[in-house]
Amino acid sequence: MTPDQLDSVFSALADPTRRAILARLTEGDANVAELAAPFRMSQPAISRHLKVLEQAGLISRHRRATARLSHLEADPLREATDWLAKYQAYWDESYERLDELLAKLESHPPSTDNN
Amino acid sequence: MATTQIDVPQGLPYVDITREINAPRDLVHRAYTDPELIAQWLGPRNLTMKVEKWDVRDGGAWRYVQTEADGTEWGFHGVFHGPQTPDQMIQTFEFEGWPGKVSFSELRLEELGGRTLAKTHVVFMSIEDRDGMIESGMATGVNEGYERLDELVARLVPTPA
Repeated sequence: MTPDQLDSVFSALADPTRRAILARLTEGDANVAELAAPFRMSQPAISRHLKVLEQAGLISRHRRATARLSHLEADPLREATDWLAKYQAYWDESYERLDELLAKLESHPPSTDNN
Repeated sequence: MATTQIDVPQGLPYVDITREINAPRDLVHRAYTDPELIAQWLGPRNLTMKVEKWDVRDGGAWRYVQTEADGTEWGFHGVFHGPQTPDQMIQTFEFEGWPGKVSFSELRLEELGGRTLAKTHVVFMSIEDRDGMIESGMATGVNEGYERLDELVARLVPTPA
């Protein structure tokens, strides 16, 4: 994935409505009305979000009879989040270890502690 | 918050990391500035941490080496800028496997009624560096195979002060 593609994926993800749409699509394809239902948002507004997601490669759209369905494309999401997941894991793990050390220091203050 | 919050703004070469820590600010500050303490928590559990230098003062140098189970060593070093108070700790950060790609971090510790909010702002030399997608830098000083690249990316960017 190029840096530009990574940028557009993160930009697409930087919106709670779009993240919720992606979450809904993990359960299967859906049309615009179905995707708009949980939000107090018009279908055109949802369609604008779908366009952003489609341009980022996170969803694809196809027709079935009269319905226009959105489909989750997992690969760009996985590629974009892989490095972030590792970065997140590094920080989480360091902070968890810090939590453990701090708990130890608070329960057994060293003799050099002047408090 | 139980997990670390990481904000990656689009089109900007920095990352913001926020974490709530259940300990007083001064103690958290000690954990960052005492070389014997930093060695006990910084980095993944599966790496052995050896702190060579941790000279916490304006212009002081730092270096540590993280060693994997198979003996592979990863060196990191940089310099502290400014007085390193709980309000502000600034340092530079370089991963020795990727020389010339230096990042900058600022850590602020905020008092939260007995707890501490740790906010780290990390600035990279480019958006590509931030995203770990360094085209030209990939071959420089890196004699490892691409199976190591994932691990290198994870090590390049984080810089808890």
